[in-house]
Amino acid sequence: MTFSTAMTSLILKSSFAIGVVTFVSLFVLLAIWLERKVAGHMQDRLGPMETGGWHGWSQTIADAIKLLIKEDIIPDAADKPLFKLAPYIVFAGTMASFAVIPFAAMLIGADLNIGVYYLVAVSSLVVIGILMAGWSSNNKWALYGSMRSAAQMVSYEIPIGLSLLVPIMLAGSLSMGDLVGLQEGGMHHWTIFSHLPFALIAFVIYFWASLAETNRTPFDLPEAESELVAGYHVEYSGMRFAMFFLAEYCNMFVVAAVATALFLGGWYAPIPFLDGPDVGANSSMLTQILSNGIGFFWFTFKATMLVLVQMWLRWTLPRLRVDQLMHICWKVFLPFSFVNVLLVSLWIALRK
Amino acid sequence: MSFTSILIFFIAGAGLVFAALLINGWVAPHRPNPIKNSTYECGEEPVGTPWIRFNTRFYVIALIFLVFDVEVLFLFPWAVNLKEMGMFAWYEMAIFVVILAVGLAYVWGKGDLEWVRPRGSSAGRISADRINAKLDRVTKN
Repeated sequence: MTFSTAMTSLILKSSFAIGVVTFVSLFVLLAIWLERKVAGHMQDRLGPMETGGWHGWSQTIADAIKLLIKEDIIPDAADKPLFKLAPYIVFAGTMASFAVIPFAAMLIGADLNIGVYYLVAVSSLVVIGILMAGWSSNNKWALYGSMRSAAQMVSYEIPIGLSLLVPIMLAGSLSMGDLVGLQEGGMHHWTIFSHLPFALIAFVIYFWASLAETNRTPFDLPEAESELVAGYHVEYSGMRFAMFFLAEYCNMFVVAAVATALFLGGWYAPIPFLDGPDVGANSSMLTQILSNGIGFFWFTFKATMLVLVQMWLRWTLPRLRVDQLMHICWKVFLPFSFVNVLLVSLWIALRK
Repeated sequence: MSFTSILIFFIAGAGLVFAALLINGWVAPHRPNPIKNSTYECGEEPVGTPWIRFNTRFYVIALIFLVFDVEVLFLFPWAVNLKEMGMFAWYEMAIFVVILAVGLAYVWGKGDLEWVRPRGSSAGRISADRINAKLDRVTKN
């Protein structure tokens, strides 16, 4: 590869990464507004209505600006280097998982042949950042929150890994592109529906465990306001706090996107008729843009719907206790997903 | 080659945090005082350090996690090749999974998956009894 082509590919990759960061930031702005509206309407009130005119659409933007001009307080007792490093690790770890999210056939940062593996590995980075934040704050609330969070996130990683095995076994590949590619041609080809009931069970386990992974209700013990004030980010203020918040909402999108890619047909439309035009080797630029644009629409649509379900659950269900949380993970999800994996693999092996 | 892309994503993530903090440091006021910078504990003076020895339950959970996470690690390459290898691979992995399932059953029966362990649970009581017996012997001598 010559120097100029290497530079071109580097520039292309960088602009894609910057595009994804921009998209994610916009998505988070929308998601936070949406969350408040959903919360409002589910509690029979209106939510933000004033800021910006139409249904308070610019409330989050105002909040972001407010956080931007807030003083950045670092407690005297804190372990300062770790305290400052923690938001970087949490947010960079979250952004890194976007590298393998297949937004459309050609809109993948890096279609690694170990895509799912990489994703599971990178999502563990967040745990380190959270532990770092809790420990370095030198605050009892923060330490309790982060320890709970770490215990919960590592516990739920196992059901997540096991339920992700089901689509991997069916596809025989770890690459995100391959996993989505196999689900082409309408809803009945999506993994979740094409291999009933195993894939459906795996999807349900994945979705519940991913709620715990992102520290959302009913598994939001790490930040239980009523007992731990705010959990691991209690000592953080201003923009450093905003980064944890941003990472949390990005994580919601990541888990929803993974569920979409592996179980819900990725960038394919529910009816083949609604898919973009087929792209061949010698398609025109316009066809490619159209096809990927429509794919991108379907992917983000499905992922956003899943995020909406996460919000719906948050405002419907009460918070679990720590012992119930551990009970569900180790005594319900783990045996179920083990049996599920064994049954699916037996079926695949017998069908050969 | 595709790992360049991943590095770029890491840098982009860290860069966003850096830029946000830079702007924050530039526009936000900076007026620290001892009260503001003290540890937040709902207005109370913090008593003692939070950097204490932590509950061993977290340690046990971490150990169990390690065992099962390594297992999942082994299951990934197996899952990719299952289609080609057929029943042979299934038998192999079924044995592996069953061995670990016995381990899970052991941990379960031992009560280590119980977050709130009942007071005087069998395992705890036995060791407490032993310690008491030992103490008795020591004090008698």
